[in-house]
Amino acid sequence: MNWKTFFALLARDAHVARRSLVPLLLQTFLQPMLFVFIFGRVMVSSGYMRPEYKSLLLPGIMAISMIFTGVWAVAMPLIGEFQFTHEIEDRLLAPIENHWLAIEKVCFGAAQAVVSGLAVIPAAWLLLRPGVELNLQSPVRFAGVTLLVALLSASGGLALGCSVAQTQIGLMFSMVLTPMIFFGCTYYPWSALASFPILQKVVLVNPLVYASEGLRGALVPQFPHLPVIAVFLGLLIFDALLLMFGLRQFRRKAVT
Amino acid sequence: MVVLTIKMPVSIRTRDLRKVFTSAPPLAAGGGFAPRRKNKNQPAREILALDGLSLDVNAGEIFGLLGPNGAGKSTTVGILTTRVRPTNGQAWIGDYDVWAQQVEVKRLIGVVAQRPNLDFSLTAREILLFHGAYFGVDSRMRSARAAELLDRFKLTDRADQLARGFSGGMMQRLSIARAMMHDPQVLFLDEPSAGLDPQTRLLLWEIIREYNQSGKTILLTTHNMEEADALCHRLAIIDHGRNIALGTPADLKASVPGGFLLRLRFSTHSPELLERLKTLAGVSEVRFNAEANGENSTDIYADRGGSLVSEIANLAAATSVELSDVHISEPSLENLFLHHTGRSLRE
Repeated sequence: MNWKTFFALLARDAHVARRSLVPLLLQTFLQPMLFVFIFGRVMVSSGYMRPEYKSLLLPGIMAISMIFTGVWAVAMPLIGEFQFTHEIEDRLLAPIENHWLAIEKVCFGAAQAVVSGLAVIPAAWLLLRPGVELNLQSPVRFAGVTLLVALLSASGGLALGCSVAQTQIGLMFSMVLTPMIFFGCTYYPWSALASFPILQKVVLVNPLVYASEGLRGALVPQFPHLPVIAVFLGLLIFDALLLMFGLRQFRRKAVT
Repeated sequence: MVVLTIKMPVSIRTRDLRKVFTSAPPLAAGGGFAPRRKNKNQPAREILALDGLSLDVNAGEIFGLLGPNGAGKSTTVGILTTRVRPTNGQAWIGDYDVWAQQVEVKRLIGVVAQRPNLDFSLTAREILLFHGAYFGVDSRMRSARAAELLDRFKLTDRADQLARGFSGGMMQRLSIARAMMHDPQVLFLDEPSAGLDPQTRLLLWEIIREYNQSGKTILLTTHNMEEADALCHRLAIIDHGRNIALGTPADLKASVPGGFLLRLRFSTHSPELLERLKTLAGVSEVRFNAEANGENSTDIYADRGGSLVSEIANLAAATSVELSDVHISEPSLENLFLHHTGRSLRE
């Protein structure tokens, strides 16, 4: 393993991200913050939603931001660089095994997802206060869930980025990410699906369910949430599956 | 204390390289959701890009792969640079097996791809600096070398602008500078002078020669005869994925029978005339080419050019055939290619 090359690849991605910091921030935070404002503030203040909804919503918004950031950070550059501009070729010729480049992308995407997830908490708190009751009982559990969710988003980005053609980016968002978000227990707890027993089972194939339920359990355990063991198991399995599939797709793309 | 590592020139070898593409060749459009074949039993459309190519490029030489588009030049470069997996056969850079020891191979090589593949999110200088960093060049050395290369390739005044806005020629120059950034022992240049103006082409040739003189091995592909002739110590002529001739440019040119090529067009095809043409003094070979569009031409390889024309015209008149067109070319690699493949390089 050639760490010098690995860190140089990371430095390159960090450099490029720094250059596009403002659009990156807008793209990451604008949508979730609008959602927080409308549902957490407007709907609650006007009495259409109960005040507790503020606290229930926050972990879901954090999960959405993380997934969106990680997928975007890994998938979008990969789609462009592989298919159209070939920009990635220079890095594929760097003296390191090809799959390390994919792992580097995942590390960088996961780091970005952690940053965006952690930034959601104070931002949402500012928008929603007063009335957000965060109840962080175990920081270790919170850290563990956050890291696994970050890895999930970046691995998902790798899998999508190496499977989707440039012309299908719009389709990727409307067909994959949007249903994932709506059926991902982000705006409601999993237990709320109890009156739809079949749907409640089916959504368990959606990795985002474990992300939002996991964060809910770690941040606002006063609300119903999946047991911690199910969350960790679900996240670990989806992390491993998506990472393995993503690496396989990457290898196929990297060499003809 | 300065530690000098003496780098020995590195050779390139391939044995029986075969490459069959079952989908569109390298990195072409299309992704994971590509339409599946309707009938699974029906074989995929196969394109034979390389058909048993064996090459030996000596350490420290400038070696050229010459051939028309689609001959397999880029695929050969792709395999030698770890970017394409051979279907069969093996390739070595120095003592390293290219497929089995990719990291060691990547350390030794610098690659200029046929199409610009610059990192468009970076400026010209950053492209060089990060490339150096990938190869573990230390930071002071990196800056110095980047500045030197930018100057050499006349890019200094645009050095801190994003490469995205560069013209084709500038991108090409920057690609070549980048490939030299980590001082590789072997340099691959796939059609290096495509898109360069004549002046820049001369600059590039000078840089390539200089780089070679510092003990580096260079493999370049081209379909430009002049370039192959001017730069290469040895050449392989490739067509349909096979090596059809190998040698120094001078040897190869001398191997064309007669040296001069006269391409003739007659009003009608007359076997009798062809027989009589062979008896003319200095003619070593006469070939009749039927062309797809119904026309035909006759190639004569001879050791003289213009002086034959009147004799040919006389013979034609004597067999009541009209000579409608004559094209004479002097000994050249172009003729050589034509001789071996029956096709012009530009076709």
